[in-house]
Amino acid sequence: MGTQRVVIVGASHASAQLCVSLRRDGWDGEILLIGDEPSLPYHRPPLSKTFLAGTTTIEDLHIRKPEFYEKEQVAFRHARVTRISREARTVTLDDGEELGYDKLVLCLGARPRPLSIPGMELAGVHYLRDAADITAIRDSLAGASRAVIVGAGYIGLEAAASLRKLGVEVTVLEVAERVLQRVTAPAVSAFYDRVHREEGVDLRLGVGVLALEGEDQVTSVRLTDDDHIAADLVIVGVGVLPNVELAQDAGLAVDNGIVVDAHGRTDDPDIFAAGDCANHYDARYDRRLRLECVSNAVEHAKSVAGAICGKDKPISALPWFWSDQYDLKLQIAGLSTGYDTVVLRGDPAAGRAFACFYFADGRLVAADCVNNAKEFMFSKRAIAEGLSPDRSMLADPGTPLASLLQASTSPTG
Amino acid sequence: MGTITFVEHDGTSHDVDLVDGESLMELATSNGVPGIDGDCGGEAACGTCHVIVDDAWIATTGTRSDEETQMIEMSPECAPNSRLSCQLKARSELDGLRVHLPEFQM
Ligand SMILES: Cc1cc2nc3c(=O)[nH]c(=O)nc-3n(C[C@H](O)[C@H](O)[C@H](O)COP(=O)(O)OP(=O)(O)OC[C@H]3O[C@@H](n4cnc5c(N)ncnc54)[C@H](O)[C@@H]3O)c2cc1C
Ligand code: FES
Repeated sequence: MGTQRVVIVGASHASAQLCVSLRRDGWDGEILLIGDEPSLPYHRPPLSKTFLAGTTTIEDLHIRKPEFYEKEQVAFRHARVTRISREARTVTLDDGEELGYDKLVLCLGARPRPLSIPGMELAGVHYLRDAADITAIRDSLAGASRAVIVGAGYIGLEAAASLRKLGVEVTVLEVAERVLQRVTAPAVSAFYDRVHREEGVDLRLGVGVLALEGEDQVTSVRLTDDDHIAADLVIVGVGVLPNVELAQDAGLAVDNGIVVDAHGRTDDPDIFAAGDCANHYDARYDRRLRLECVSNAVEHAKSVAGAICGKDKPISALPWFWSDQYDLKLQIAGLSTGYDTVVLRGDPAAGRAFACFYFADGRLVAADCVNNAKEFMFSKRAIAEGLSPDRSMLADPGTPLASLLQASTSPTG
Repeated sequence: MGTITFVEHDGTSHDVDLVDGESLMELATSNGVPGIDGDCGGEAACGTCHVIVDDAWIATTGTRSDEETQMIEMSPECAPNSRLSCQLKARSELDGLRVHLPEFQM
């Protein structure tokens, strides 16, 4: 084994991929993975989906089995890193130990955005980010019959669907005027609004939370319109904040995430960042991006591994995302920010399958596909290739998608 | 026990131990087979676990489901025996199975 050491901080999606890609790209030195959660990297998306409602254990969610790390000679250390010393090239652990690195990769992820209202300390009030949160939610669920979810983003809506499946009464509160406002077109929001109401969710829009009330255990939620809702379980899902403090304290550039170049490198050539905590320059969108999805974490990790091993693999894959609620499988390709036109294929106002395509300057930039995996895969390909499929043909469910891949014009061609 | 062989697009082959009940995607990722990422963890949501089953084996593995077809059909490398390896569970009858990897996952 080589004598150099890569230290990875955070046992995460990005770091699991990093271990794979480093070995594949020829890193023969040490790999030390340090994480403050007790487990090896696990899949986070199921936490609000199958895991919340189910009986699976965290071991079932491991991204790679423990044998993989053994075989690839990756050492895992359960500890929190409290400091980086760039001069000494060391990281300090919470027990005081200092460990040297040659290359350091920060896969610190993000944490729930805190809600600063009275009553957040009450029993029965939870955020939803990691396995420990789920264990606590499952405990609170025993005997609970009424849940309030604060925030109608993907995580809030997924949690609502999972709890409905368990027979819990669910109220979802959202300050914005529509669900998923930050991420989707009005037609898609209206679709999810309808389905959640059809499934029995009490959805309240344009309303905020003033306080959580109860003795030790939460019993009710006070709203900005002065209404009260009884609750024995509250889940707060109002977005996340990137974990940047470690980098910031070490003097690295931070601006909505740890600032990295197209290879995941910070302004220190030996320090990299990947995943939710990293803000990278993206050539496709010609701007800086900080994304919160698995595909982004995986792509970052591949680029960082390449950079560490002297291979040029700039961040380039198209971001994509998915969300499961009830019998709905939503798959999203690309980023819809900056769109000027949407095209619908299928009818979101009836039934449970359709696709919403986002165009900017005539070019397809993103698609939300509900129970339409084929439309999703079509979009992944068409967006990656920079195609501008004919909009009226795309809107016609009778048009075979394959024909649109051939007939589409690319703006440069 | 048994063996499943993954053949990369350039012909490099990887023999992995068959573990009853695990999906081929899990076997590939646990054993570091390049070219199978399994980003969604086996939810049939990402399409990064596409494999093409050797002709001799397709009767034993069975052909793909509609859900898999939807995911794979748009790949330029879609073949009649294409499957999502996360939807293909290893079992003792599959000892000796060979699957081929496409050049690119989508
Ligand atoms: C409930 C839920 C559902 C989701 N659903 C989807 C989905 O359907 N599709 C999708 O694409 N994405 C989804 N996401 C987002 C996805 O999980 C994240 O984008 C992904 O986990 C990011 O990975 P990461 O590598 O950036 O870090 P993370 O997975 O966030 O992990 C970072 C790790 O670093 C640890 N850490 C932080 N600081 C330190 C320190 N100083 N020392 C040691 N360890 C430290 C943290 O405790 C954590 O374990 C979901 C997220 C959640 C919470
Ligand atoms: S692992 Fe994602 S589709 Fe198979």
